[in-house]
Amino acid sequence: MSLLDVKDLQVHFSTPEGDVTAVNNLNFSLEAGQTLGIVGESGSGKSQTAFSIMGLLAKNGRTGGEALFEGKQILNLPEKELNSIRAEKISMIFQDPMTSLNPYMKVGTQLMEVLRLHKGMGKEEAFEESVRMLDAVKMPESRKRMTMYPHEFSGGMRQRVMIAMALLCRPKLLIADEPTTALDVTVQAQIMELLNDLKRDFNTAIIMITHDLGVVAGICDKVLVMYAGQTMEYGTTDEIFYRPSHPYTIGLLESIPTLKTEGEILPTIQGNPPNLLNLPAGCPFQERCSHVMDICRQNMPALETFENNRRRACFWAVPEHTTEGASL
Amino acid sequence: MAHLTPEADKKAAVSNFADALENQLDNSLEIEGRSLWADARMRFFRNKAAVTSLIILAIIGVLVVVGPWLSPHEFDAIDWSYMAAPPDMESSHWFGTDALGRDLFVRTLMGGRISFMVGILGALVAVLIGTLFGATAGYAGGRTDAIMMRILEILQSFPFMFLVILLVTMFGRSIMLIFLAIGAVSWLDMARIVRGQTISLKGREFIEAARVCGTRPSAIILRHIVPNVLGIVVVYASLLVPGMILFESFLSFLGLGVQEPMTSWGALVNEGSQSMEVAVWQLAFPVAFLVITLFCFNYVGDGLRDALDPKDR
Amino acid sequence: MLKFIIKRFAIAVPTLLVLITISFFLMQAAPGSPFTGERNLPPEILKNIEAKYNLDKPLYQQYFLYLGNLAKGDLGPSFKYRDYTVNDLLEQSFPVSLKIGSVAFLFTVIIGVTIGTVAALKQNTVLDYIIMALAMTGVVLPSFVIAPLLVLIFAITLHWLPAGGWNGGEWQYMVLPVTAMAIMYMASIARIQRSSMIEVLNSNYIRTARAKGLPWHVIITRHALRPSLLPVVSYLGPAFVGIITGSVVVETVFGLPGIGQHFVNGALNRDYSLVLGLTIIIGALTILFTAIVDILYAVIDPKIRYQ
Repeated sequence: MSLLDVKDLQVHFSTPEGDVTAVNNLNFSLEAGQTLGIVGESGSGKSQTAFSIMGLLAKNGRTGGEALFEGKQILNLPEKELNSIRAEKISMIFQDPMTSLNPYMKVGTQLMEVLRLHKGMGKEEAFEESVRMLDAVKMPESRKRMTMYPHEFSGGMRQRVMIAMALLCRPKLLIADEPTTALDVTVQAQIMELLNDLKRDFNTAIIMITHDLGVVAGICDKVLVMYAGQTMEYGTTDEIFYRPSHPYTIGLLESIPTLKTEGEILPTIQGNPPNLLNLPAGCPFQERCSHVMDICRQNMPALETFENNRRRACFWAVPEHTTEGASL
Repeated sequence: MAHLTPEADKKAAVSNFADALENQLDNSLEIEGRSLWADARMRFFRNKAAVTSLIILAIIGVLVVVGPWLSPHEFDAIDWSYMAAPPDMESSHWFGTDALGRDLFVRTLMGGRISFMVGILGALVAVLIGTLFGATAGYAGGRTDAIMMRILEILQSFPFMFLVILLVTMFGRSIMLIFLAIGAVSWLDMARIVRGQTISLKGREFIEAARVCGTRPSAIILRHIVPNVLGIVVVYASLLVPGMILFESFLSFLGLGVQEPMTSWGALVNEGSQSMEVAVWQLAFPVAFLVITLFCFNYVGDGLRDALDPKDR
Repeated sequence: MLKFIIKRFAIAVPTLLVLITISFFLMQAAPGSPFTGERNLPPEILKNIEAKYNLDKPLYQQYFLYLGNLAKGDLGPSFKYRDYTVNDLLEQSFPVSLKIGSVAFLFTVIIGVTIGTVAALKQNTVLDYIIMALAMTGVVLPSFVIAPLLVLIFAITLHWLPAGGWNGGEWQYMVLPVTAMAIMYMASIARIQRSSMIEVLNSNYIRTARAKGLPWHVIITRHALRPSLLPVVSYLGPAFVGIITGSVVVETVFGLPGIGQHFVNGALNRDYSLVLGLTIIIGALTILFTAIVDILYAVIDPKIRYQ
């Protein structure tokens, strides 16, 4: 039994303009201690996937399908049952550490309330445990920091607090929704290093949601590439990076600047993601795809398994170099 | 109207946003400022409650201006045969008469003239003082700005109604004094708004260009800043109007405002409240006019605010 | 925090001084003396009277005399009620106004915040629509409109409550005046509280609190309520001024023996010293109150405290 088994996950939003499908039939599974990267542009549904697992969707959102956590369906649970899972078994850290901490409460109070609620700890015990966790996320002067307010912290420090808060109950799964997007590059690297260490120390499975392939390469075991709410490609990190099979993945990889690209124009994927309210028939990526064919405009390619466990949704033939054993 | 029909409103907001985007693409060559206004205007006219209120206000406005001429009665003429008479079509005392036998229809509308006049003149005074003060503070910045804002802060914690009553005590009761007093009270918020706008304008290229050309600061403020903030200022001025009407009515209710035989809604409400046991209509008509006017101004104000700043709910 | 409080009060003192000075010199700028209107007083007597009220001294001396007396808590003699000082008049009337004003203010804030919060928590339900429709009506019902209407309905028609009078401040006599003073500001506070609570509930830190598995009532009371109160707190100053201002009308309508009647009579009779004294008292109260509100704001919002 996997730690998390997501089957045919769907997320819909009812808007005045009609129903929007933000996530469409998503499938993935995650073993204890593993890290899965979910990659995509904004609006690809990657954050909504995370929110639906945590039961944090906006009021007009609905979920369908299954998300089995330790074999138990956790979608559409009543709030009360969800609250016994949140932070205790599954935690989440958010994109924007600047606004994700309550600015009107001391950092210590915000940490301690998790322990007091889930672990029934007393004040002092919770305080000591929180300090230990702040130390674990390499927060200098952790004891002093407990009595400070979030606005006295830098962005990176706030994200460390968020991570500490998420790990307080030693959850089995941590969902990180673009944890480094709002931070400076050097701080980004520190936070990623920290997450890598913690993953090892606490044996926590991580779902890393990001648009940054660099982040994925550093930490993930498996990668899921999403576009317009659908899976484009799914495989191990090595497979995705060294032998990408989907034109979208290839496009994403080509648009990463490297040391060699200096002075050249960085290739980009032309165009914008489609309007979810008005998806074209066929493949959602057709407008921007460099290998688009007639059939792409009529039918949505099915998600096919190839090689061992790789999956892709594309009519374009699997490129030569992608197949196993091809030399790079 | 956000507070009554949020669903419809949300719907409108979403489709407005789409339209706005479309518009922006269409008018991509036009200057930014204009499409912004067109956008706000469109959002405003989509807001049914605000538009209805605007129409009602217009009707009241027209009635107040021409209404007194439609009636055969004068506002201060005493009709000895109809003292404190209820509304009656035949005698053409459509709203009845007051205790002295004066026609209430005409008096209510004359009172309305005072209210609208106070609103408009008060707004003008507020705009004049507020714009100059705010633009100067915002443009000057630094120490001058800090001092001017401190002055504003000090003034804002004054109980103005009492200062105005003090003025009335000393200089006697006159309508001009009230216009001035109301304007002088209301410019504070205006100054804040203009200051904010000015600060954001200050960094724009055309201001810098003017400065590089050696234009004097006073000329920059008057010729470049003031015309650019005027639009927003006028809109906000209209938000101040109900407060001013309220202010005047309050004073007149206490007998400190408009003096006999002239009248205003506040004075009429006061008279009506003296005789409401026997002549409810004397209270009902002025109250209805005052409340409906304030109600409409509030809805229009909300509509304008939402139109200009759709994020603000 | 202490530094902030001291600094805040340090601003209050000059503000009050400016208020006193403006009021005082406005009074001096008024045409004629307060006694010119009276039946042809012989010049000697007029002179005597002016000497009694220090009106014959140079202006700056009068100013410092007034300030000096003020510092001792003496607001001087009334110009019209010959046998009374302003202090005498205040002593009788101020407790009445204070009682009714503070009750009205407390009701305004507590009920306004409560129904605003309820509307926000029940956003887009029938209850929310009803509350907001009532609030929208409430904000256009100033005290001088609502007071006669309340009397008409609850006193004259239904005979439930007395139409006026004070009777030592029995509760039946307070219900209508307090309601008349409170409604408009209660409605405003309800609207402010509703939209601010909705904004807070949509904020990222509330999402974080939910992700922590906190039960809903804990999220509301511990995480959302405090920040949602900030806009209401900054509205308390204007509400306070509005309620005292409204009290003048309400006291007139209900015939209450508070400072409102003195204010109106003083203004109508050109009783300079009385109106000046009352303006200064109310000004001082307002300035003190705004200072307290600022401090309260800083207590809630740590960012302000540490600046």
